[in-house]
Amino acid sequence: MNVELIGLTKRYGAAIAVDAIDLKVPSGAYCCLLGPSGCGKTTTLRMIGGHERASAGDVVIGPKAVGDAAPAERGTAMMFQSYALFPHLDARDNVAFSLRMRGIGKAERRAKAMAMLDLVQMGHLAGRLPAQLSGGQQQRVALARALVTGPKVLLLDEPLSALDPFLRVRMRVELKRIQTELGLTFIHVTHSQEEAMALSDLVVVMNAGRIEQAADPRTVFERPATAFVARFIGGHNVIRLPDGMIAVRADRMRLGAEAGPEALPARVVAVEYQGTSVHVGLDADGLERAPDSSAALTAVLSDADFAARPLRPGDTVPVGWDEAAAHRLDA
Amino acid sequence: MNDLALPHTGEAAAAPVAAAPQRRRLSLAYLQAAPLALVFLVFLVVPLLLTGIVSFWEYNEYAITPALTLQNYADVFDGCLSADLCTTIRTYLSTVKFVALTLAITLPLGFAIAYFLAFHIRSDTVRMGLFLLCTIPFWTSNVIRMISWIPLLGRNGLVNDTLRSLGLIKAPIEGLLYSDFAVVLAFVHLDTVFMIVPIFNSLARIDRSLIEAARDCGASGFQTLWNVVLPLAKPGIAIGSIFVVTLVMGDFVTVGVMGGQQIASVGKVIQVQMAYLQFPAAAANAVVLLAAVLLMILGLTRMIDLRREL
Repeated sequence: MNVELIGLTKRYGAAIAVDAIDLKVPSGAYCCLLGPSGCGKTTTLRMIGGHERASAGDVVIGPKAVGDAAPAERGTAMMFQSYALFPHLDARDNVAFSLRMRGIGKAERRAKAMAMLDLVQMGHLAGRLPAQLSGGQQQRVALARALVTGPKVLLLDEPLSALDPFLRVRMRVELKRIQTELGLTFIHVTHSQEEAMALSDLVVVMNAGRIEQAADPRTVFERPATAFVARFIGGHNVIRLPDGMIAVRADRMRLGAEAGPEALPARVVAVEYQGTSVHVGLDADGLERAPDSSAALTAVLSDADFAARPLRPGDTVPVGWDEAAAHRLDA
Repeated sequence: MNDLALPHTGEAAAAPVAAAPQRRRLSLAYLQAAPLALVFLVFLVVPLLLTGIVSFWEYNEYAITPALTLQNYADVFDGCLSADLCTTIRTYLSTVKFVALTLAITLPLGFAIAYFLAFHIRSDTVRMGLFLLCTIPFWTSNVIRMISWIPLLGRNGLVNDTLRSLGLIKAPIEGLLYSDFAVVLAFVHLDTVFMIVPIFNSLARIDRSLIEAARDCGASGFQTLWNVVLPLAKPGIAIGSIFVVTLVMGDFVTVGVMGGQQIASVGKVIQVQMAYLQFPAAAANAVVLLAAVLLMILGLTRMIDLRREL
């Protein structure tokens, strides 16, 4: 089902956590709410799920505004950041919990729970308590529990943040598989741009309670709307020119002879070898560094290019970019 | 050859070096546990052993002699094999009745208060203040606390006077003081806090997201309480119940004062025998009481695997 947010606002006293956001998530889409901590993405998710009362605005799920309806009446299910499995129930009873609350008979709910556990490949560990399961296994159980009532919209609050990097990538694939298989709308909160890029059909970049940009991942990366988006998703240099701000992808920077006639002289301040590529940090007169970065510009060179013309910190090199690669920013 | 041999000797030398600090750590741990172990040994194990030994001694009006007789135990259960209940059984039944009544009241009361403190109070300062409020019964001595009930519950006490002046009753209610009611009231007054603290401790450790998850699964408030909160509060309930059971089973002051010295209790029996210097008889009663209390605690822990839950 499609989800629509209309002027959705959350105020805590005088502080505004979510500031009148509008968003349309089409049915069956994988949507990632992306942003730094404190940007209001989790609050937004909790308002969609009915765990937080909206101060103003509406959440529309499918054909109707859900208002203050209880979570179970919205057709949504939530997967919590810490999984929130009931520690006194084994995996099967955890999954069957919501069926039990609905008064469904023992045999039927057990059969349904087992089918769900099989879907997430946890059938063989159905009798284990959460404490006897690894983080990844607990997460699969939590996913099964969220899916067992047949929700139309699944809400995921930083589902992968507690996993180690290897498992994170595997679970990412798994989430996408299940989303495609069941054709559900997923709304997934994350602070990792890599995760958002890999999973979503729709990336919603949030900052300070507002939506900076909502688009498909390619658009967000190719044409970031604001300096914040360009910096947050990474891989971009945000450059202030006399007539406004532009973003240039770090891999489209030109160094040395290719830099063109308008090249700036730049000092190399850092060289990071990354395997397939080398990241070169550069400082130039007239360009300020972003608040938390170690260089004003970053150029990403392929390892072969770098090997042909190596640079060391302290070297001076002309730097420029293709006019076509420069993307003008709104703010 | 040398190259291969060298790391070998290095390893062999390293092993004892690694073992020594571990041994030292272990002995340090024993040292740390020693003071409490010593206190338990001197003030719990030794007196218990002495009580056990004395319970087999002989006594008469003017002397106690070391011996190995089961007469004291026979006296405790004197007449218990006949059809009517013997004194001991009746005393125990009376005491167990108080245990049951006190548990039946302190458990829901303590749970409700602990729930309120854990889930409804947001500020730690307010919570601390309310906890202090719960300890008010302990701010004065036991004797003064007991005596204070008299002007409140007595025939011409505050409660009766108020009810009479309101016209709700004509004659004063007799059973307020020196009755089962008074005894249970005093127990509840004193022991509820022993129920609150462990249950609060269990509830405070419940992850708040579990409550939200239950709501997300469509559980009503009562379903969440029954299916999530209560099972997770079980260790606290068990510990609180153990406190209440042991406190009420061993009591002799409260039952004596609040019951007007008219109600029998196991503790009271032992105290009277001590007063008459019948130490072996008192010791035998104490051993039987200890066994009974241990059985009750065993029953409680059977319901909940405390070691796993802690």
